Amino acid sequence: MTMTEDLGATMTETPLTRSYDKSRFEGRDAASRRLGDEPVAFELKDWSLYYGDAPALKKISMVIPERRVTAFIGPSGCGKSTLLRCLNRLNDLIDSVRTEGSMKLRGENIYDRSVDVADLRRRVGMVFQKPNPFPKSIYENVAYGLRIQGVKNTDGRIDEAVEKALRGAALWEEVKDRLDKSANELSGGQQQRLVIARAIAIEPEVLLLDEPASALDPISTARIEDLIFELKEKYTIAIVTHNMQQAARVSDYTAFMYLGELVEYDATETIFMAPEKKQTLDYVTGRFG
Amino acid sequence: MKNWLKSGTPWIWLNAGAAAICLIMVAGLVALIAVRGLGHFWPGPVMEATYAVPGQEPVRVLGERVNDETVTASVVEDAGQPVPEDMEVVHRWLIKLGNRDLTGRDFLWFVEPFLVDRSYPHDALHLERMEWGDFYGYLRAVTEDGAAVAEGEAAWDELYMRVSRADDLRRRITRIERYEIGDVNNRMERLRLQERRHELAGTLTGEVRESLTGQRAELDARYAVLMERRSELQTQLSRDALVAETADGRSITIPLAHVVRATRPNGIGLAEKIGLYIEKFVEFISGYPREANTEGGIFPAIFGTVVMVLLMSVIVTPLGVLAAIYLREYAKQGPIVQLIRISVNNLAGVPSIVFGIFGLGFFVYLAGGTIDQLFYPEALPAPTFGTPGLFWASLTLALLTLPVVIVATEEGLSRIPRSIREGSLALGATKSETLWRTIVPMAAPSMMTGLILAVARAAGEVAPLMLVGVVKLAPNLPVDGQFPFIHLERKFMHLGFHIYDVGFQSPNVEAARPLVYATALTLVVIIIVLNLAAITIRSRLREKFKSTSD
Repeated sequence: MTMTEDLGATMTETPLTRSYDKSRFEGRDAASRRLGDEPVAFELKDWSLYYGDAPALKKISMVIPERRVTAFIGPSGCGKSTLLRCLNRLNDLIDSVRTEGSMKLRGENIYDRSVDVADLRRRVGMVFQKPNPFPKSIYENVAYGLRIQGVKNTDGRIDEAVEKALRGAALWEEVKDRLDKSANELSGGQQQRLVIARAIAIEPEVLLLDEPASALDPISTARIEDLIFELKEKYTIAIVTHNMQQAARVSDYTAFMYLGELVEYDATETIFMAPEKKQTLDYVTGRFG
Repeated sequence: MKNWLKSGTPWIWLNAGAAAICLIMVAGLVALIAVRGLGHFWPGPVMEATYAVPGQEPVRVLGERVNDETVTASVVEDAGQPVPEDMEVVHRWLIKLGNRDLTGRDFLWFVEPFLVDRSYPHDALHLERMEWGDFYGYLRAVTEDGAAVAEGEAAWDELYMRVSRADDLRRRITRIERYEIGDVNNRMERLRLQERRHELAGTLTGEVRESLTGQRAELDARYAVLMERRSELQTQLSRDALVAETADGRSITIPLAHVVRATRPNGIGLAEKIGLYIEKFVEFISGYPREANTEGGIFPAIFGTVVMVLLMSVIVTPLGVLAAIYLREYAKQGPIVQLIRISVNNLAGVPSIVFGIFGLGFFVYLAGGTIDQLFYPEALPAPTFGTPGLFWASLTLALLTLPVVIVATEEGLSRIPRSIREGSLALGATKSETLWRTIVPMAAPSMMTGLILAVARAAGEVAPLMLVGVVKLAPNLPVDGQFPFIHLERKFMHLGFHIYDVGFQSPNVEAARPLVYATALTLVVIIIVLNLAAITIRSRLREKFKSTSD
């Protein structure tokens, strides 16, 4: 019994393994979209990262295409979150971190000395695993980034941006009557959409999502996924997830990482239906990890 | 038994017991000082009796019982008092007789079995006087310019009326003395300083001298007018007097100018007694002290305590918070920061008197002396800031409480979840924007905790204050109507020191005892009020900056 022969049966019939709705991939021809043809947002070359002396990322080279959803999957501790946090230089906060290699956003080396980190983070927004609204009102949460940039609410500029962002995050209808209420009063799913609204309010180029739905119930998760689908129109999205179905559902490209290395990176259909490497297949079919 | 031990029940009992003991101790402490302190203002019954010791002339006694105890006969004998035969233990009463000016002893112990013919005459007179303490006796007459205007029962109404008139006159005299004459003196002093300043600068021309002389003459004229008015009021005040008879039959005349309050404690009803109680209590809280602090009110001490604590809070909060932010957020965590942190913590353990000595040596003499030389050369050699005062006391206490604020703030900062910081940074905020817009407001409740601890400590501190600005009796409040209105260099009174002074330095221990309790109660209440205010603010802040993520 070979892996490929057994693949379909395993996926749909064995309750112990994960199943994929194959229709999800219908009409999506992997061959029609090739990574090499996409416009490039991020370009990594031999990117390595060390915590002290311990390597966490090993010589990763990849491109993250524009206006596509790129998913990072892999077992816990494989470095996918660390890689994501490299993209907006959030790892800079940790004293012991050291990096090697080059990382470019639209051709510009973002680890160059001349780069303004605050400005980079304005261009590369991020949403975390657990909702982390500030203990302020819903309105102030969304307006936070704009206020930091010194935007004044003349002619209702901030009001407008807040509404737009909340609509963009599919939260406007639920909160429009209580914008001055504390963000803590929202449910977990609403809070997560609020922090997405907060991130898109400053109109970044890229949106990094670090397991955005892992702390949420299935319904809230579905809403976040729908939202990702919509946001893809405007933003380059990189998402880290532990949930295979989620990766399969929302992403265009999937990167499988293991022990700090990039094992395989291709169109999502390819990774899930016909990966090149056995390790990848084992992981996506639930045999390990 | 084994199961009982395993179930954890003993632990629960142990913990609950410890908590209960703490609560009982606090409640007991407050209850004791409350009962002793508040009881003082109640107008107790005045007892008349004959003290008939066998083999001695019987003596008539009139006064209030303030204490009683049962002691062994030998103790009484050792104290030189008579003992009834065949008695092992003796019951004795402490009676407040007043009339210190007549007998020299206003509190005396009496052996209870020898007190006979006890009664509570309804016309017994109790006077609170400006000096010599209380008076007990019987009202005989009220006089005006030496001639009797009322006698017998009718004298009471006349007395009440004339006492309140005298009170009014006294108030007016005080106002003239304290505010108007004080103002003239203040201006005189400023003129003197102005002249000296010109002298030092070499600009004391004839013109200036003339102008100063003119102003001085004007002030002298005002002063003369005020003195005239004052002596006029004094004359009016000394018009009335009362004639009273003491328990031993002596007749004496007491000018009403010396009477603060006249009452007949046995002859009034409960409602009047309550009214009297409230009146005396209000006088205690809002009045100025009399007779070496053993009579009158404690307002200057309350005022001094509150002003000093507020000033200290204003100094210590920004200093402590900024230091904590630097240590926690900006300084590179390493052995040096650790050393600083240990030093700060140890600073909290330094005895407060050491801070007092530091404050005196550094703040008062060095800093204050320098300020005097630079900014107040005209007043030298009399020091302005180079002497203990309110500002230096606040600064010394701020130093004393600084560690508490730093530690509490650091604690608060370290409790802010990392995810909140990252959330802010990920939106393009710089580190300082993150700090000031999000982290510091969220840590505000912890800062308030630090401030609450600091206030509680500072308000109760006495030892260092004795070195850096507290006095037994301050002639002026640190805030008043005279330019520049807030006098940070002035010495001030403080409740903690007041307790010490009244309790230990007072010439009249028995008279001072209830005041010690009442003052202690006031101090506790003030600390509670200040803390409650801070706690209210803190819980508001907590509510506002509550964070769901961690």
